[in-house]
Amino acid sequence: MSKPILEFKDVDVFYGPIQALKKVNLHINEGETVSLIGANGAGKSTLLMSIFGQPRAGGGSIVYNGIDITQKSSHFVASNGIAQSPEGRRVFPDMSVEENLLMGTIPIGAKHADEDMQRMFELFPRLLERRNQRAMTMSGGEQQMLAIARALMSRPKLLLLDEPSLGLAPIVVKHIFATLKELAKTGMTIFLVEQNANHALRLSDRGYVMVNGEIRMTGTGQELLGNEEVRNAYLGGH
Amino acid sequence: MSASNSIDIKRCLIDTVLAGLISLIVFGPIVGIVLQGYSFDLHPQRLAILVGIVMAGRFCLSLFLQTAYGRKLAHSMQSKDSGVHVLPAGHKSALRFVIPVLILLAVCFPFFANKYLLSVVILGLIYVLLGLGLNIVVGLAGLLDLGFVGFYAIGAYGLGLGFEYLGLGFWAMIPLAMILAAFAGALLGFPVLRMHGDYLAIVTLGFGEIIRLVLNNWVSLTNGPNGIPIPGPTLFGLEFGRRAKEEGHIPIHEWLGVSYNPNAELIFTFVVLFIVVMAVLYVKHRLTHMPVGRAWEALREDEIACRAMGLNHVLVKLSAFMIGASIAGLAGVFFATKQGFIDPSSFTFFESALILAIIVLGGLGSTLGVVIAAFVLTVAPELLRSFAEYRVLMFGILMVLMMIWRPRGLVRISRNGYAIRKGVKP
Repeated sequence: MSKPILEFKDVDVFYGPIQALKKVNLHINEGETVSLIGANGAGKSTLLMSIFGQPRAGGGSIVYNGIDITQKSSHFVASNGIAQSPEGRRVFPDMSVEENLLMGTIPIGAKHADEDMQRMFELFPRLLERRNQRAMTMSGGEQQMLAIARALMSRPKLLLLDEPSLGLAPIVVKHIFATLKELAKTGMTIFLVEQNANHALRLSDRGYVMVNGEIRMTGTGQELLGNEEVRNAYLGGH
Repeated sequence: MSASNSIDIKRCLIDTVLAGLISLIVFGPIVGIVLQGYSFDLHPQRLAILVGIVMAGRFCLSLFLQTAYGRKLAHSMQSKDSGVHVLPAGHKSALRFVIPVLILLAVCFPFFANKYLLSVVILGLIYVLLGLGLNIVVGLAGLLDLGFVGFYAIGAYGLGLGFEYLGLGFWAMIPLAMILAAFAGALLGFPVLRMHGDYLAIVTLGFGEIIRLVLNNWVSLTNGPNGIPIPGPTLFGLEFGRRAKEEGHIPIHEWLGVSYNPNAELIFTFVVLFIVVMAVLYVKHRLTHMPVGRAWEALREDEIACRAMGLNHVLVKLSAFMIGASIAGLAGVFFATKQGFIDPSSFTFFESALILAIIVLGGLGSTLGVVIAAFVLTVAPELLRSFAEYRVLMFGILMVLMMIWRPRGLVRISRNGYAIRKGVKP
């Protein structure tokens, strides 16, 4: 087993008097696909955002590649190899697909832009069709593809995805997860935060289940898929 | 619409009757009834004339809008989609031809302008500067700043106090006022840039008022509400007055050996101000094409996405704040020079609101629109002196009409798109 690229050690996060994360321990190894599943309000997005210090962890430490990033500013984290496709996609509505992709190169500069853009168009052929179209005129699925592609443009070591299936038709979700699988095969480390447990666990090497700010269960994707409790709570019980 | 080219008289008549009814309701109580002590007189014929005018006007407007030209005009008035207008890559604006004409006009202007016209145009140019400065903060970076007048005051008082205590003149204060105002912008910026939207607006509003109140109440330094005199501008130590005010200085007309021209000082201010406005326009044009300008616009579109991309949002916002503030400081120096005397009552919240109105009318983020709007909102009230009482009313009507027909301002914000990257095969 390879060494962890990102590690949460006893992380506590508070929103005022409310504790959103309680002593969370979690690690992601290099080259792995790890998913975090849980219900609404379990603290999944909070955990993801705490990597960027939004909100900052109140206790414990977050270690990335041997560096303690608990107190680092969000742009520092983002420009050091962690790329994120934020919840709700958040593409730049007035920019074209290409301009959005170029925004993704901010941390590393535009020197690999041509080559990487070509790669993104191969990964998501739909974006090639829309390359000069403004992002706000595209469908939700296309915007999600764009958000993922934009995150990949910075050649990240770790890709964070916050609910890529949010508000998308099942067939589009299927398509996006197929692309993610392809991406994982190339050796990309992916941390996936999802409510759609079925898709997420099938894709992942390992998974964590979060309930009320605590990691309740952990195991390989297959184990969790077969687990009775997980099936009842997140997979509709059948 | 049944036939696209024919004129639908029925619709015109319906529009006319509706407009007549509305004007009857609006004007009826105001014009038709005149109080006479405890009773009142009815004036139906006055009312009828007004309603008649409105109905005739509405009928003509309806007819006009159904002609081919009118339809085209109405279509262009409706903003089709939201946000920034993206021009094709490498698009060259028609302004290339307009700017030389403007420069030519500016060169000729002092020869035929009288003192009054000169001072009106100088005021217009000062508001152009203020509009451009605030446009960087609000239009490009998307930070609503209601205390912009604070930086303007810092520039103006910088000149006044700098002269009084340090003996600094017009030329020395131009860069110093910019630095001073930028520093004040940074000072304000650091604590408040964590806030968004409404909260930021309120804090900046407070900041503007604080500056004004300090100037008003720190009597020992600023002379409080009594104001301070401002020295006239000089050119290489030459003064523009009839007689030199300072020991060792000589007036410019004596040095040149020409007769005294009472407009010389205003002409000089106009020339320098015009050059400065042109320089600021150029700087702004370049800034929007630089990474920092792109970063401002991206930040305005989506801050969270920008931070996820690793953009240092604090630095980007702060740069917008500081550059905007320094332009306001520059405008302040010119304002003080033009007035010859400043007091805190020139820097009330109404000024901030006026500058904001300029950029909203002109179009948030659009340079050309702001220049036009600045002139419309400052020069028009001067030229319409006889309607002075109705100025605020007209202002309100203008605002309402703009928000209905041109919610994005006179000239919409636009930018050049990126060319398709050649390295990427289709």
